[in-house]
Amino acid sequence: MSLTPDDVKSIARLARLAIAEQDIPAYAKTLSSILEFVAQLDKADTAQVQPMAHPLVGAAERMREDRVTEHVDRERYQANAPQAEAGLYLVPRVVE
Amino acid sequence: MEWETVIGLEVHTQLLTKSKLFSGASTEFGALPNSQACLVDLAYPGVLPVMNREAARMAVKFGLAVSATVAPQSVFARKNYFYPDLPKGYQISQYELPVVAKGHLDIELDDGTVKRIGITRAHLEEDAGKSLHEGFGKQTAVDLNRAGTPLLEIVSEPDMRSAKEAVAYLKKLHSLVMYLEICDGNMQEGSFRCDANVSVRRKGEAKFGTRAELKNINSFRFVEKAIHYEVARQIELIEGGGKVVQETRLYDSDKDETRSMRAKEEANDYRYFPDPDLLPLNISPQLIAEVKASLPELPDAKKQRFMAAYGIPAYDAGLLTSGRDLADFYETVVKESQVEGKLAANWVMGEFSAALNKDDKSIAASPVSAVLLAGMLKRIHDNTISGKIAKEVFEAMWAGEGDADAIIEKKGLKQITDSGAIEKVIDEVMAANPDQLADYRSGKDKLFAFFVGQVMKATKGKGNPAQVNELLQKKLKT
Amino acid sequence: MLHTKSLAEMARDLKARKVSSEELVRTFLGRIEKYNPKLNAFITVVKEQALQEARTADLEIAGGRGGPLTGLPMVHKDIFCTAGVKTSCGSKMLDNFVAPYDATVVERMKRAGMVMLGKANMDEFAMGSSNETSFYGPVKNPWDETKVPGGSSGGSAAIVAARLAPAATATDTGGSIRQPAALTGVTGIKPTYGRVSRYGIVAFASSLDQAGIITYSAEDAAMILQVMSGFDERDSTSVDVPVPDYVAGLGQSLKGLRIGVPKEFFDKGLDPEVAAAVQAAIEVYKKLGAVIKDVSLPHFMLSVPTYYVVAPAECSSNLARFDGVRYGYRCKDPVDLTDLYMRSRGEGFGPEVKRRIMTGTYVLSAGYYDAYYIKAQKTRSLIRQDFIEAFKSVDVIMGPTTPTPAFGLGEKTDDPVTMYLNDIYANGVNLAGLPGMSIPAGFVGKLPVGLQIIGNYFDEGRMLAAAHQYQRETDWHTRLPKGYEA
Repeated sequence: MSLTPDDVKSIARLARLAIAEQDIPAYAKTLSSILEFVAQLDKADTAQVQPMAHPLVGAAERMREDRVTEHVDRERYQANAPQAEAGLYLVPRVVE
Repeated sequence: MEWETVIGLEVHTQLLTKSKLFSGASTEFGALPNSQACLVDLAYPGVLPVMNREAARMAVKFGLAVSATVAPQSVFARKNYFYPDLPKGYQISQYELPVVAKGHLDIELDDGTVKRIGITRAHLEEDAGKSLHEGFGKQTAVDLNRAGTPLLEIVSEPDMRSAKEAVAYLKKLHSLVMYLEICDGNMQEGSFRCDANVSVRRKGEAKFGTRAELKNINSFRFVEKAIHYEVARQIELIEGGGKVVQETRLYDSDKDETRSMRAKEEANDYRYFPDPDLLPLNISPQLIAEVKASLPELPDAKKQRFMAAYGIPAYDAGLLTSGRDLADFYETVVKESQVEGKLAANWVMGEFSAALNKDDKSIAASPVSAVLLAGMLKRIHDNTISGKIAKEVFEAMWAGEGDADAIIEKKGLKQITDSGAIEKVIDEVMAANPDQLADYRSGKDKLFAFFVGQVMKATKGKGNPAQVNELLQKKLKT
Repeated sequence: MLHTKSLAEMARDLKARKVSSEELVRTFLGRIEKYNPKLNAFITVVKEQALQEARTADLEIAGGRGGPLTGLPMVHKDIFCTAGVKTSCGSKMLDNFVAPYDATVVERMKRAGMVMLGKANMDEFAMGSSNETSFYGPVKNPWDETKVPGGSSGGSAAIVAARLAPAATATDTGGSIRQPAALTGVTGIKPTYGRVSRYGIVAFASSLDQAGIITYSAEDAAMILQVMSGFDERDSTSVDVPVPDYVAGLGQSLKGLRIGVPKEFFDKGLDPEVAAAVQAAIEVYKKLGAVIKDVSLPHFMLSVPTYYVVAPAECSSNLARFDGVRYGYRCKDPVDLTDLYMRSRGEGFGPEVKRRIMTGTYVLSAGYYDAYYIKAQKTRSLIRQDFIEAFKSVDVIMGPTTPTPAFGLGEKTDDPVTMYLNDIYANGVNLAGLPGMSIPAGFVGKLPVGLQIIGNYFDEGRMLAAAHQYQRETDWHTRLPKGYEA
């Protein structure tokens, strides 16, 4: 699977990753080689096989009781915030 | 050119669990910003989700109430996109395998007929936080308290053909989730959110037209208005040679119009895949049986029962069963007072409801309890007071002046039923009004009302109306 | 010498009051100061905190309240959240991040009285096989400083190999414990998926990640795995299966142990000298009474491509939370929201991480999901089935951990696929969710070679016993790299 620079740009956009213009060809090359490599899977005969999302085959979600168990230490958690004010996280304004 | 409207509705109901869908943080409304966002809700590195059992029960409850199939196994999927109120960069939802599939809700149309609206599916997902775009200058502020709150997304089939049907469905659904005690139905606070998928097609055409998704509609009234606007917009567009674009449109209630939302990031590719941090959700037959046994009597069944048991018409029964607490209140009143169903219905739907509305009170906060009201109705029934005097008694009870008997005693409101006493008053009134008497006897029948009024005035309203009427009839003639 | 003792010996000495925890900690802190500048195996050293914890441990021991691990020093890979201490995942994205909570593993080891010396360097977000993608620079292999130590737990492995700490936690998603353990001549164990809690470990690929430990010996690994293992209600993928006594089980006889050797592992990609060392190791087992059998893992060649669809897919989603909003790196003066995301992530992540996120985004996207992601989940099923089949006739599976000994720094960084193929014998184990170990089994020149032991589900005890018995017969695991003896 060969990716064009435009392909790389749209994937990067979808993943919100800024890639410098001059780096795009290199990424196109390496991503293409990775995709080519994984294309080997096409050769496998999987007609009779179920997809496996998880090693814990057959297990089910355990579930917890509906109780409030978390004490939120807002100050401590927001100490890591790049920008916060009056308890709120701030980002550049979004126009809907 | 005859046009047909096609509407499908997606309703997000916030479930009434104490804690969040995948974390143990509180779901209570109105807390200080981010004071109910724990590390899991904040999507800190390394945290993991664990499913809330009660949310699963509530989903099952809903599924059973709409006669839907409850999936024995359903899967959580990640819906991936970037937005500030979505801390993980994905929402945990359900995609290919939802917990509830294929049910229905019956609505009553204006002409009394019943229409069945299909429910395609209902699935569990977590709510996002809140983005505040106003008041922070060039910035948007994010409060993640709401992030992680459990939602049940209920998707209807595109079975509705008018805004009225849409509203009827919504009201029915709204009442149902409150009956089931899985949602508080508070549209202002956002516990019950509706998106409408609206399209039009020429009458007789089999294919559906392209639909627009209307968002930001937070009242039943706005649902109707938004749909009307959108239908008109689409028809005008098509008749003018244009094409309807599949897009999301925001309803602006101030301007009463729908507007296209800025091209939501090149039609997001959500890249759904099963969430590897969660295992499949198993709903056992035992759980289903347990929930089924605990289901409350549903609105439709309750309405039918009220009509049969209390001898009240469909309209009354419908109103009284629109809310579970109102229905319970009414039943207690009837049980305690043993009066006729219709009498109790009139009072509960009339004076009682009016007083609640006026003081903006809930039934739980009502100063007049069911027992208190029942007590008063007994006194109407046994003729101690007339219906008119009862209004005065009710007002006094509402003001906290005691029970009916105490008020009747204190204010001396007992009805006068002694015929001798009434006759005496009638005599006095006749004597005091000779001209009107003469006029009445010479044929002016309308003056009867005058005499009734005078007698009532003289008895300070306490004359038993039936007796007053009967005795006046007799005496005036002679 | 203190630093050449095993954890088991240190524990005995502590109990007998022959040595104090503070002495142990000071010894290792001294070695860290001396040798880390050239190895670059640490991202953070917490000297004062460690000494404090050591003193507390000494008090516990003195008061007779010590447990089997009280006072023993160790290191956490910088992927484990440690409360109050920087947790960077080897990335610029989290260079300024101080975790507000402890991972379950960290909590358990703390409660057992272990003393943390610092956080180990690693490939960025655990993505790599050589510890060359770290924001903090590459880690050197103490056996040859021009070579890589392996990855992504390169720091943890180098630390134990150079005896800068007797134990280091690590994580293994596609070989990241076993491969560096093999390349640096130490013992590394990845438990069964679900055995150890993932809560507090920064997620790379959720259905593959497992925490484990790197130590001098299987006995030491058993001591620590005992404490790390067990059900955690905060992790939905944590399995509620009782934890056997791993230490007590070490002595179990290997007579009749059926060892499966997959013929597919000994293919042309395997360095002949590595093959020879591994074969020799397997001969030792024969001597110990084990029965060697040929097994087949017919879909083994699909494991690397399968892994490189599944892992990037999961990581592309797991790493979406790093957006410059609530913690971590934020770009300067973002002009709008999209810019905030694009540049915070573009600048915060290194190239390999970006590559994997983009690969994952691609294989999950509309139109490609079935061909790639669903297909890979099916081949994953085939790989798992192969192992289940094999385990019907054998108790453990053995083979090489890596196809070659440690390679040169910069040698494989040009082509990602070449780098990925380093984990060819390891990936399948993660895909199937099985436990796996690597133990030192010889040398090629001066570079260590690892023997991989793959166990059945939740059969860590048997794996550890097999490794332990081998280490009683051989002394590869006791060797020190030249220049690190003192």
